[in-house]
Amino acid sequence: MIETRDLTKVYGGKAAVDHLTFTVEPGQVTGFLGPNGAGKSTTMRLILGLDRPQSGTALINGQRYRDLRDPLRTVGALLEAKTVHPGRSARNHLLFLAQTQGLPASRVEEVLALVGLQDVANKRAGNFSLGMSQRLGVAVAMLGNPEVLLLDEPVNGLDPEGVLWIRNLMKRLAAEGRTILVSSHLMNEMAVTADHLIVIGRGKLITEASTEDVIARSTDKSVRVRTPDADRLAELITAAGGKAVRGTPADGPGLLTVTGLESSRVGELAASASIVLHELTPLASLEGAFMELTSGSVEFGVAGQDPVNAQEGRAR
Amino acid sequence: MTTTSPVTPTHEPAGRHAGFPSLMRAEWTKIRSVRSTVWTLVIFVVLCIGLTALIAWLTESHWYGPQAAPRDARAIADPVGFILGTGVGLGQLAICVLGVLVITSEYSTGVIRSSLLAVPRRIPVLAAKAAVFAVLLLVVTEIVAFCSFFLGSAILHAHVQVSLSGPGVTRAVIGAGLYLIVLGLLSLAIGTMIRHTAGAISAAIGIVFVLPILSGLLPSSWGAHINAYLPEQAGTLITHTREQSGDLLSPWQGFGVLCIWTVLALAVAAYLLERRDA
Repeated sequence: MIETRDLTKVYGGKAAVDHLTFTVEPGQVTGFLGPNGAGKSTTMRLILGLDRPQSGTALINGQRYRDLRDPLRTVGALLEAKTVHPGRSARNHLLFLAQTQGLPASRVEEVLALVGLQDVANKRAGNFSLGMSQRLGVAVAMLGNPEVLLLDEPVNGLDPEGVLWIRNLMKRLAAEGRTILVSSHLMNEMAVTADHLIVIGRGKLITEASTEDVIARSTDKSVRVRTPDADRLAELITAAGGKAVRGTPADGPGLLTVTGLESSRVGELAASASIVLHELTPLASLEGAFMELTSGSVEFGVAGQDPVNAQEGRAR
Repeated sequence: MTTTSPVTPTHEPAGRHAGFPSLMRAEWTKIRSVRSTVWTLVIFVVLCIGLTALIAWLTESHWYGPQAAPRDARAIADPVGFILGTGVGLGQLAICVLGVLVITSEYSTGVIRSSLLAVPRRIPVLAAKAAVFAVLLLVVTEIVAFCSFFLGSAILHAHVQVSLSGPGVTRAVIGAGLYLIVLGLLSLAIGTMIRHTAGAISAAIGIVFVLPILSGLLPSSWGAHINAYLPEQAGTLITHTREQSGDLLSPWQGFGVLCIWTVLALAVAAYLLERRDA
């Protein structure tokens, strides 16, 4: 079990993690969800004792990480940041870690077999592909056969086979009664993996509930609209009681994400004003729930209290 | 398929916890499993022994040569210092680089996160690293010191009669190794404080090579006193066969001064390692 109480970490006067309190229960996969920059990685680093919080506590099975003896036997972690010397072989990396925990060298061979890296175990880790590096990360996390696992964006950059492998492994480990906290900024990935969700934005807890509840609680389904006349449509949507959020430049031109209105209503509004639509897509409800939950707390996005008006200057 | 492999260990790990010897074993695995460590040590050995032989041979072949008298006198007055001086003088560069690298390479590659996740109390990591590094250097530097001495004295034996039984000779040869060990630990401490390879190597080399030059520019009365207590100046006294008239410290006092610098630096390094976010 992982418990954080009032966890706060300030970097350069800005709270990366802001009085965060949550509990991660054993026996299920808990998804740790938030937009980029929401503080997921920082929270994990605080739990793992790599960073020092300004206030609050993070406990693992009732103990601070730094008070655990041979911590890798209790907690396994896969960090997003680099943790392996590119000139050292996978086997030697695992070996030195095993030695710090008083684990036998035979355990190194077991975890290499678990992740399928036996054949490249003596190769320099710097030459590993992203998928192989992630597998090595999983081997490190599983080295001490821990009850608690923290995985930071484990499927990032993996091919579909790798994604499936990690997903199934997490489910299997949870079924064995372990505590699993897995972070992601991909709602859809979490929807198929996580039983429980902790959603944060700008370092603050947004919601903590079962995945089903998060979806069910989302009253407003969202709709993706693409139109050359985004400003006029956005005004109509706002007037009709909906909320339109302009997409980032990366999303391409004329993208609006609408909440508070059904897709049929958006279509009718556009038709009544003779606005051409290039796309009208009711979004997967989970993604909608996520957008809705985090719309006020996107770190590098364009969302705001009055997103449409805020966009007007840029649209012209 | 990999997914059918067992997750749990086939043998439950022993119930007892890993102690300090386990950490030292882990640090030894780290040091021996990257090329930079091995290569820096090879460079050190080649540099030391090669330069010692070269300088001894040049001295021998130009004995009584024009302008050679002061050098010849120096070789007779302080044979060990003369034989080991050049090799140690340049070899210490490699030791500084190595001492810095054993810790900064962990920061530059991110391994430090693995290390600190395994040992979250942190200071034992530094202690184990320092202990293993010191033992490694003890073996390598003493072998190099004795090899250099025997090689140099054999080449010079027609003009300079020196043997380990002579006054201060054994102490000076062993001392050359001891000096390099402590210098390596000082560099390790500097690397831990600065965390960046280039910055830490510059700082270590600055302290060893540049500070003595700067202190030489100071007014002589107190410049000499500051100079005597600098890590390199004090530390190398132990490599001289006998005390010179101008020395403010005895060989062992000088070595003690270097040790104090190093202990202070390691204490600061340990404090920073403990306090800072990794």
